[in-house]
Amino acid sequence: MEALTARSFEQLKSTMHEIGSSVVSEHATDVDEKARFPDEAFSAFKHNKLLSVYVPKEYGGDGLNITEVSELCRILGLYCGSTAMIYAMHQIQVACIVHHGQQSSYFQSYLQQIAENQLLLASATTEIGVGGDLRSSICHVDIDGESFTIEKKAPVISYALNADAILVTCRANKEAPASDQVQVVINKSQLELEPISGWDTLGFRGTCSSGFILKGSGSKDQILPTPFALVLSHSMHPVSHLTWGSLWTGIAQGAVNKARQSVRDMMRRSNEMPQITAIRLAELDEVLFSMKGGVQMALKEYQSILDSQNLYKAEKYGFSTQINNVKTRCSELIVDVVGKAMLVIGINGYRNDSKYSLSRELRDSYGAALMVNNDRIRGHNATMQIAIKES
Amino acid sequence: MSIDRIRNIVAENVKLAKNIAEISNNDDLYSLGLTSLTTVNLMLSLEDEFDVEFDDAMLSRHTFESIAALNEAISELLD
Repeated sequence: MEALTARSFEQLKSTMHEIGSSVVSEHATDVDEKARFPDEAFSAFKHNKLLSVYVPKEYGGDGLNITEVSELCRILGLYCGSTAMIYAMHQIQVACIVHHGQQSSYFQSYLQQIAENQLLLASATTEIGVGGDLRSSICHVDIDGESFTIEKKAPVISYALNADAILVTCRANKEAPASDQVQVVINKSQLELEPISGWDTLGFRGTCSSGFILKGSGSKDQILPTPFALVLSHSMHPVSHLTWGSLWTGIAQGAVNKARQSVRDMMRRSNEMPQITAIRLAELDEVLFSMKGGVQMALKEYQSILDSQNLYKAEKYGFSTQINNVKTRCSELIVDVVGKAMLVIGINGYRNDSKYSLSRELRDSYGAALMVNNDRIRGHNATMQIAIKES
Repeated sequence: MSIDRIRNIVAENVKLAKNIAEISNNDDLYSLGLTSLTTVNLMLSLEDEFDVEFDDAMLSRHTFESIAALNEAISELLD
């Protein structure tokens, strides 16, 4: 463990590139075709202790910051969108525990377990009957003495069957109103999952985001000691959109790289600069540039909030709208970039059996605007826009 | 007393889970039914009532979480 904790960020990045260009890329098509969990990739991540990069060093992790974790997500996006999404979703849950659990001895030792056993964490937030609103729960933790039980009807739990634990949002007790929520960690051995819907989608097929009736039990220490309202606004909301925005940028970048390669190959063959496609490529890189810029700006701001150790700053409407803008802009720009990259490549980008194929990237990219629907996010932004004076 | 005026405005703008009389100044308004949309209605009504403008730096969950927090914000704006 000592040797691992001394890994530099540069080393971690090159490890991620190595795994990305080998194991992740090799299985990406099969994962997509079969809509199956990327087992090979996650075995490699566990083997290389990449699931605990955000766990502080004192608990055996690498103690990376959020900017660095987002960069690892971007790198994975270059190789496989589904693998990158799962990796990001795991990091979001880890961040919730790192930011909001350390005051409890249970969660201190849980962070050690994440590092030691390379636990993969999933999340059950949405619930059937609340219309996709994360800030409302119907289910509740039923506390009896030191233990609890819970039952939740979740329309979506990504990679539920492959996770070592699931963080579940619920009402804090039987009488609590819908918005008085907590998050509880339930380990695989404490869980029963009854499938209620499958996951046969256009893209992000490897995330296996099926629906389940989740039944769980455990000790009440497993309830995160911070109200979910704070966990969401201080951590889950910004970390989600920043890691997703980063990996979507990675997917877009991967598509631009393929387009660039195809233009270069064209030029090799003809010895002439392919004028129109080369200009389209240059334009395409401009769109990618603005996508990267938006993510970087918001990341810088969130990093400074984390560094100031005053997470309450993340509640400010001005910051929240920016984070929402990262989500809405990146999820729409990714479609734009991948689509334009396909035009640059031409028919070989459209083919499934070409080395320039963008089929998977294009299908994945359309999912970005739908997961946490952009219209819902714009609705929140519309409200906050009325209140704020300057953005 | 501005706190009574604030209590009236909260009662008018927020669909509360309890009667306003049963709500103490330190109760968490979010768990009693305050939503992001009603937060804005509440803010606009408070701005009209006290003839003030909320500063962007004040616009966070924290400012609206209780009647006491709102009172603190309004007092700061009136100073």
